[in-house]
Amino acid sequence: MTLTVDVSAQPLSGWGRTAPTTSMVSRPTDTSSIEEVLRTATSGVIARGLGRSYGDAAQCSGGLTIDLAGLDSIGAIDEASGTIEVGGGASLHELMRSIIPSGWFVAVTPGTRYVSVGGAIAADVHGKNHHRDGSFTRHVVEMTIVTPTGTFTVSPEVDPDLFWATAGGMGLTGVVVSATLRLIPIETSWILVDSERFTRLDDLMATMEATDDRYRYSVAWLDCFGHRAGNHRSVLTRGDHAPGAALPDRLQGRSREVPGDPRLRVPRSAPRRLVNRMSVRALNEAWFRASSTAPGSLKPLAGFFHPLDGVGSWNLLYGPDGFVQYQFAVAPERGDLVEEAVAAIASSGILSLIAVLKRFGPGTPGPLSFSQEGWTLALDFPLGPPGLPALLDDLDDLVAQAGGRVYLAKDARLRPELLPVMYPRLADFTAVSRRVDPDGVLASDLSRRLGIVR
Amino acid sequence: MNDAFGRPQSVVVLGGTSDIAHELLGRFAADRCRSVVLAGRNRGQLEQAAEDLRHSVSHVETVLFDAVETDDAAKTVVRCFEAAGEAVDLVIVAVGELGHQEQDEADPDRIARMVTVNFTWPAMALSTAAAALEQQGHGRIIVLSTVAGYRVRRSNYVYGSAKAGLDGFAQGLGEGLRGSGVRLHIVRPGFVRTKMTVGRPAAPFAVGPDRVAADILRGVERGQAVIWSPGVLRWVFSVLRLLPQAVWRRLPG
Repeated sequence: MTLTVDVSAQPLSGWGRTAPTTSMVSRPTDTSSIEEVLRTATSGVIARGLGRSYGDAAQCSGGLTIDLAGLDSIGAIDEASGTIEVGGGASLHELMRSIIPSGWFVAVTPGTRYVSVGGAIAADVHGKNHHRDGSFTRHVVEMTIVTPTGTFTVSPEVDPDLFWATAGGMGLTGVVVSATLRLIPIETSWILVDSERFTRLDDLMATMEATDDRYRYSVAWLDCFGHRAGNHRSVLTRGDHAPGAALPDRLQGRSREVPGDPRLRVPRSAPRRLVNRMSVRALNEAWFRASSTAPGSLKPLAGFFHPLDGVGSWNLLYGPDGFVQYQFAVAPERGDLVEEAVAAIASSGILSLIAVLKRFGPGTPGPLSFSQEGWTLALDFPLGPPGLPALLDDLDDLVAQAGGRVYLAKDARLRPELLPVMYPRLADFTAVSRRVDPDGVLASDLSRRLGIVR
Repeated sequence: MNDAFGRPQSVVVLGGTSDIAHELLGRFAADRCRSVVLAGRNRGQLEQAAEDLRHSVSHVETVLFDAVETDDAAKTVVRCFEAAGEAVDLVIVAVGELGHQEQDEADPDRIARMVTVNFTWPAMALSTAAAALEQQGHGRIIVLSTVAGYRVRRSNYVYGSAKAGLDGFAQGLGEGLRGSGVRLHIVRPGFVRTKMTVGRPAAPFAVGPDRVAADILRGVERGQAVIWSPGVLRWVFSVLRLLPQAVWRRLPG
């Protein structure tokens, strides 16, 4: 096949740096070359944004990976409707830098700004406001998708099946080349934050259930070390965009500051065992003690939403073996599973550096969209402990039995037979996939490993 | 596809009746493995091993070869990849013969056979398998070497030297594969109680094939280029290697 874009063979892995594989990589700068690639491809093809999915979702061993960095256009804000059209490869970082000075913000931001718009749709990412505002794709007015059978502009009204299959569809319905996003107006780039500390998990969860609806943003951090028979130290952080009047005089000149680029970068030669029992314990201790308990403190938006973005390539801290992130969601009445999971991890003696708990509001019609109403817990595990693969398999079983699911954007190790159990509407997804990609051109290491499309 | 912990879904075994390979396959079969190709010389034993696997693995195929036929090495690997029915995540090279030192050392034909079976054929197969995996963009290779090749001894130098050749070949091949998405693991077990060593006196640190399999899985999970089994042999042999020949000669075993 002759391509109008350059391709080169490259090893690629996800943010967790496990299971690297090699594929050809192309960097198209326009939609027509993507159309040409998908029309003529003979092996698997998948799109890749900024490579922030943790596992193997944005790589295609032996096939072709389309790097969307060239489709990074950011249009003008339509002030009347509060919407903006952006390219599929545009990063939320650049988008925020462009819209915050005019008093707008994205409706949903995940824990990092370094994700592409296409990736945010493909993983249907969520943020700290999911309990109120839902996931990213809820705020997509329409999007244009290049598929092997043609290019379609879809919305919840126009071809809703393709629209919702693409939300959380992990790039397997096509390449999102552009999207129109609904923005929210903000007065300042500061967040008014209330923090509370808890020593018992049930107190924390009861508080979240009772009063989360008073806040736009809410997330809890758990200290997996501070466990003693039902005792789990935690910090609940909740807030909303600060109105202009809430800023003290000294901040008035900085009311719409945009987030900057990382000031620190982890060197490639980071020591192998930087993340260990002692450093994790110290970090958790420091986090707990440093958390402010005074209500109404002001935080810059970047520090509130994206605390890790201040350090470039922080994933290298986990050492050369990489790490896996495990995130599951269960129904509101299965909050017991959160305690059960934390207890299972604690008794295994395996470290989780980060444990983040959040309540989800209602999910979307997307058959592979992760978020469903209830609780979600996210955990980070550096590779290495002997019992880790088995521990995560055990957690899968607990989650599946409770009617929950794990997040595909973070998965690197799920047992394939659990996919249809966790995502019971998989067949709806497959039906759309057959329609737009009858020859099975779209594929990723994730889709092959889990048998998402056949 | 291999998962984050190096757990394969599709495996090819060259030397499909090896006890260590059998232990490994049992573990893969109980996990995520759904396709296995067993290649070997003994049709009966191969079929029996395949039958056992069919209880838990949906796709099991066998391929016959004889490691004295070097003309067939590349072809055998290609046939195994075709028989897998999907991308191959892991190739286990468990081909080899312990031989009989006293009879082998004075007989040029037997020496040629030992070198062919333990070095030439496996090296040719490794080269073909590595190229096929590179083409796929991913995969792992496990090469069964031995501590006997790490420092060769009077008592088994025909076997030991041929294995030393394979070990060195695999080291170089593994280096060349860096950054390709293909990873190679060299396994250096000590004395393993298997059908290959039946009737021979056990050396210190002797282990069963189950222990070797467990050590290999850990090593693969952690991405170790060289896996010793038991792990303590890494340190034992780093000392033994430096012993003066006069002392080395006097060691028992």
